[in-house]
Amino acid sequence: MTVAHAGSRDGSQAPANAGRSGHGTPAGTVRVAGGQGFWGDDLEAPVRQVEGGDIDYLMLDYLAEVTMSIMQKQRSRDPRAGYARDFVALMERIFPACMERGIKVVTNAGGVNPAECARAVAEAGRGAGAGGRARVGVVTGDDLMDRLDELLASGHPLDNMETGQPLAAIRDRVRSANVYLGARPIVAALDAGATVVVTGRSTDTALTYGPLAREFGWPWDAWDLLASGVVAGHINECGAQASGGNCSAEWWSIPDLAGVGFPIIEASPGGNFVVTKHEGTGGAVNLRTVKEQILYEMGDPSSYITPDVVADFTTIRLSDEGGDRVGVHGIRGRPPTPSLKVSVAYSAGFKAVGTLVYAWPDAAAKARAAATILRERLDRLGLAFDRVLVELVGWDATHGHLAGDPPPDLPEVELRVGVRGTNRASVERFTREVAPLVLTGPPSVTGFAGGRPRVQEIVAYWPALIDRRVVEPRVAVDVVEV
Amino acid sequence: MAEVQLVELAHARSGDKGDTANVGLIVYDEEDYPIVLEMVTPDRVKEHFKDMVKGPVERFRLDNLHAVNFLLHGALDGGGTVSLMTDAQGKVFSTALLRMGIEVPDEVAERVRGRGRVPDGRTGDRR
Repeated sequence: MTVAHAGSRDGSQAPANAGRSGHGTPAGTVRVAGGQGFWGDDLEAPVRQVEGGDIDYLMLDYLAEVTMSIMQKQRSRDPRAGYARDFVALMERIFPACMERGIKVVTNAGGVNPAECARAVAEAGRGAGAGGRARVGVVTGDDLMDRLDELLASGHPLDNMETGQPLAAIRDRVRSANVYLGARPIVAALDAGATVVVTGRSTDTALTYGPLAREFGWPWDAWDLLASGVVAGHINECGAQASGGNCSAEWWSIPDLAGVGFPIIEASPGGNFVVTKHEGTGGAVNLRTVKEQILYEMGDPSSYITPDVVADFTTIRLSDEGGDRVGVHGIRGRPPTPSLKVSVAYSAGFKAVGTLVYAWPDAAAKARAAATILRERLDRLGLAFDRVLVELVGWDATHGHLAGDPPPDLPEVELRVGVRGTNRASVERFTREVAPLVLTGPPSVTGFAGGRPRVQEIVAYWPALIDRRVVEPRVAVDVVEV
Repeated sequence: MAEVQLVELAHARSGDKGDTANVGLIVYDEEDYPIVLEMVTPDRVKEHFKDMVKGPVERFRLDNLHAVNFLLHGALDGGGTVSLMTDAQGKVFSTALLRMGIEVPDEVAERVRGRGRVPDGRTGDRR
């Protein structure tokens, strides 16, 4: 059944949760646990989040910028595919514990096929004994693929936000187009009784602040509260990056990363929250780990734009409460922009990367000589590329000229050559020119057992803006009974 | 005055937005924040990276966190799936910035010397 259009709920309403009777956590707080930072993250982490202590919500982020195009390709081959299947396998495992503990799950695992994802999750729920006791909410309306021509024809050029080019320039190569939706449809699904909410392209942060807005009854014009939720969501959305993983501050002193605890947001109705993790887990939550995650993928910190609010990250106040608890408060927000962000994926040519390993003495000199020979052969073959990149992994691949000149006693170095172009045949021919260097170039070369490099189609990202008024009326929320 | 490396004053995390890498730089000791503001300017960062960053360098202050955020435009060979770079998503651009040399008063150098690196006698393997 279709229960609501996003945005149909207005103004303030009575909080859905006037206060939790905590099991060792402060009364009146809501705990949203982060369980996946990307599609491919630690499979055991969400299980630990559900079983390792008290939480109210589990949020799972599966979508990166180009994930949608991969899913679109899967759906074009199989109309029942196009979502993160890992999520269904996970729900098979955690459905019983979620039912028993009253934990709700919010995820963007639906990809380009949220309805099919929800159907599969409902089936998993019945298999796990949740029949008649759970509901899966489905958010749709983010997929603009079928509307693209209509939108372009009616004055929505979808210009590239970085280059200013109109989408018409690449229209015939578009693979997917999805608009980032905010928290309103998530709240509508929860209001309709969903215990699991599956979305397509939602903002990562909405998966955390949606539950908070719903539990606390935050009005949609309570900018500071919503902005606090956005900051909580930003901290929560990359898994262990907030709790000791990938932390550059004295990384060697962070305990037990093998059993790293993923972050938990413990929020209060007034917008203050604590970042923490389950007791007994590894990793660390302190000012350093939280600050690093706040700055991750940051643009202008005073304007963190979401569909529901613009959050000002320069207003964040942190306090280390000790015991892997960091308090966050003071956050200010302001009304959102009239636009929503669209993520378009399009086919942009082909690329291939080949590698060989050269050994002492003069490893780097040999690798560079090999690269010169390879380029000369590509020239003689008349192959043209948009880009040829030569890197020495083990010397300059990540620090470029800052690494200086390589010493002659370097034990080994990996030569890595990449090419990119619109002509697939040229890229294909390049992949056959790497291995011959083993017998026809400088000596002491190895590491070619992996075989010929693979030609990859480039599916590139095209960020654009669209007037929210042409999107929001089409956003719908359905509920599937388990 | 003495020269230290930025890695001794601050820690950092980086990521990407298209062809732009961001580097969030956070001082270990709040008292060193003014040094970072004065010494790690957008011009200086642009000069540090040279042709590694094709476009402009922008800097945003987060005085509340004693941190600054740099946007390095045109640093990722087109970025994301287009880029041929090992570090196509700018994940370790932060470390390249942390190599920068910084002039500081002697007492600051003494306080921070050796920070940001695995201490002598320790390894990354904690077993």
